[in-house]
Amino acid sequence: MAQAVPRRRATTPGGARARNTPAWVRWPLIGVSFGFVGLFLVMPMAAVFAEAFRKGVGVYMDSLRDPDALSAIWLTVLTAAITLPLNIVFGLSSAWLIARFRFAGRGLLITLIDLPFAVSPVISGLIFVLMFGLQGWIGPWLKGHDIQIIFAVPGVILATLFVTFPFVAREVLSLMQEQGDDQEQAALMLGASGWKTFWRVTLPNVKWAVLYGVILCNARAMGEFGAVSVVSGHVRGRTNTMPLQVEILYNEYNFVAAFAVASLLTLLALVTLVVKGVLEWRLAGEAQDAEESTKGITA
Amino acid sequence: MSIEISRISKTFGKFTALRDVSLLVPDGELVALLGPSGSGKTTLLRIISGLEQADEGSGAIKFHGNDVGGSAVGERGVGFVFQHYALFKHMTVFENIAFGLRVRPRATRPTNAKIADRVRELLRLIQLEGLEKRYPTQLSGGQRQRIALARALAVEPRVLLLDEPFGALDAQVRQELRRWLRRLHDEIHVTSVFVTHDQEEALEVADRIVVMNQGRIEQQGTPDEVFHQPANAFVMNFLGQVNLFHGRVEEGKADFGNVALSPAANTGGTGGQKASLFVRPHDLDIRKTPEEGKPAMPATVRRVQSAGPVVRVELEDALGRSIQVHLPHERHRLLKPVPGEGVFLVVKDARMFVDDFSI
Repeated sequence: MAQAVPRRRATTPGGARARNTPAWVRWPLIGVSFGFVGLFLVMPMAAVFAEAFRKGVGVYMDSLRDPDALSAIWLTVLTAAITLPLNIVFGLSSAWLIARFRFAGRGLLITLIDLPFAVSPVISGLIFVLMFGLQGWIGPWLKGHDIQIIFAVPGVILATLFVTFPFVAREVLSLMQEQGDDQEQAALMLGASGWKTFWRVTLPNVKWAVLYGVILCNARAMGEFGAVSVVSGHVRGRTNTMPLQVEILYNEYNFVAAFAVASLLTLLALVTLVVKGVLEWRLAGEAQDAEESTKGITA
Repeated sequence: MSIEISRISKTFGKFTALRDVSLLVPDGELVALLGPSGSGKTTLLRIISGLEQADEGSGAIKFHGNDVGGSAVGERGVGFVFQHYALFKHMTVFENIAFGLRVRPRATRPTNAKIADRVRELLRLIQLEGLEKRYPTQLSGGQRQRIALARALAVEPRVLLLDEPFGALDAQVRQELRRWLRRLHDEIHVTSVFVTHDQEEALEVADRIVVMNQGRIEQQGTPDEVFHQPANAFVMNFLGQVNLFHGRVEEGKADFGNVALSPAANTGGTGGQKASLFVRPHDLDIRKTPEEGKPAMPATVRRVQSAGPVVRVELEDALGRSIQVHLPHERHRLLKPVPGEGVFLVVKDARMFVDDFSI
């Protein structure tokens, strides 16, 4: 789920075609699809909860109340709380820059925004170790000034920022390009300052795309394992996020506690799915509006 | 507020959109910039608005004698209407119209009550009272464009600019809105410039027409002037349908393949120059027999289309050239031409252009 690449899908009007497909083709296909989803998605999810509650609700709650678990939850929430606002600011500004201006290096910037999706998360983590680690480029200088980034909370946040950067930027960029800049030009022409134009016209027009990006970004920030695993150093009660905590507990054969923490991440996934569904529906409406306003309906 | 444009040029990379254009829009007039796509008309409009900047050191734009070249988009006092309306879709009609007043700095911002009064006044002007709570998506294209106009007028612009304002609308709505815009302009008299590629629209709405082609102004004048006295072949061709005949000028006489097509006037050409003769379809008449002493051109009727305000007859002359004739219905009832029939064409009026010289 955390790896989900944000792509909106328009509902395809394939009804007519489906009706022409004979039943002996349709039903096995439907069966296979549901079988696959059941086997690889629903059953594992059910297993997470079954394992978590195997020794009863009391043990489940105790596992979550464990100081190390609480610390992992707290660090995860903190990471998301820092990552999200920064990504909103970076995402909005880079999307706006790319959508509204033509400048040298624009194409390169578009490609770079997607870089975190193309790079393996483990490599992303290693990049930071190479930069800020003791053997890294500026590691010795940091050490001299008593600043620790790798194997500490700042490293976890930096790595998370890196892997989640594209979500908001990409969503907002595609909607901005679809909508064009007529409305902004109109606002400027009516005497609005750049600042007022941003708050009153630009932002309201992309708010659903921003939210959509934020939801995906949040899921990824809380669920990220690879990059964080490399930079965190797995210090219990200090630099462990929830996914890392799950791994440690599992490796210690503490299955109930591992699945209890995992169940929280699973719940997050479910909430994300629901919110994502609602936002997709809103965004489809926005895109349709944008299209309609250029065509102009007649009544 | 007059607009004075002197010697403006604009290039986009290698493409030259405007070449040394000068234009004067008198105070209170409604002027149409007419031309095919790529003629530079929209670029000129955007330069007047400030959305686009003219090339460095290429002349000036003055509003009422004051140079506005240096002032930003919002400071020129320009109302702009976009082809695709550009309404703020997350705002109601009321908020759309009020936008320009609400974003003013606190010192000059009217009170809420004053804003509401102004919005209601404008809604009355555009005849859309009662729609203030609607959102743009709940309106028809024609209604949206009128809201866009009201929004532009709310800030009391010194100049109103409209970029293909009816371009995105149905033919019928377009007709209605055109006449409405003309009446509105007669009422408020704000200096207005609108861009269009539709010659009919320009002829119907504008006080003056500026015909543009390839970044240059070909001709400017009243609709009557540009239609009846086109300055050159392009203007003649662009404004309305024409039959075009190619020919040459020899010793002051023009030859277009038939004696009926030879203009009476002396061409002034010296010899051997290429020339074009333009005849509007309604300046041709069909006769069953040639009249005594008057030149007529034999032709064969190919197709007759009598549905519409005029009867359109397609003919072919002896040289195989296709000729369009528009006949009034009463004339058609008298003649009843049928496909395959041999008839004679009489030229009532024609214009000839020798190279770049016109007579």
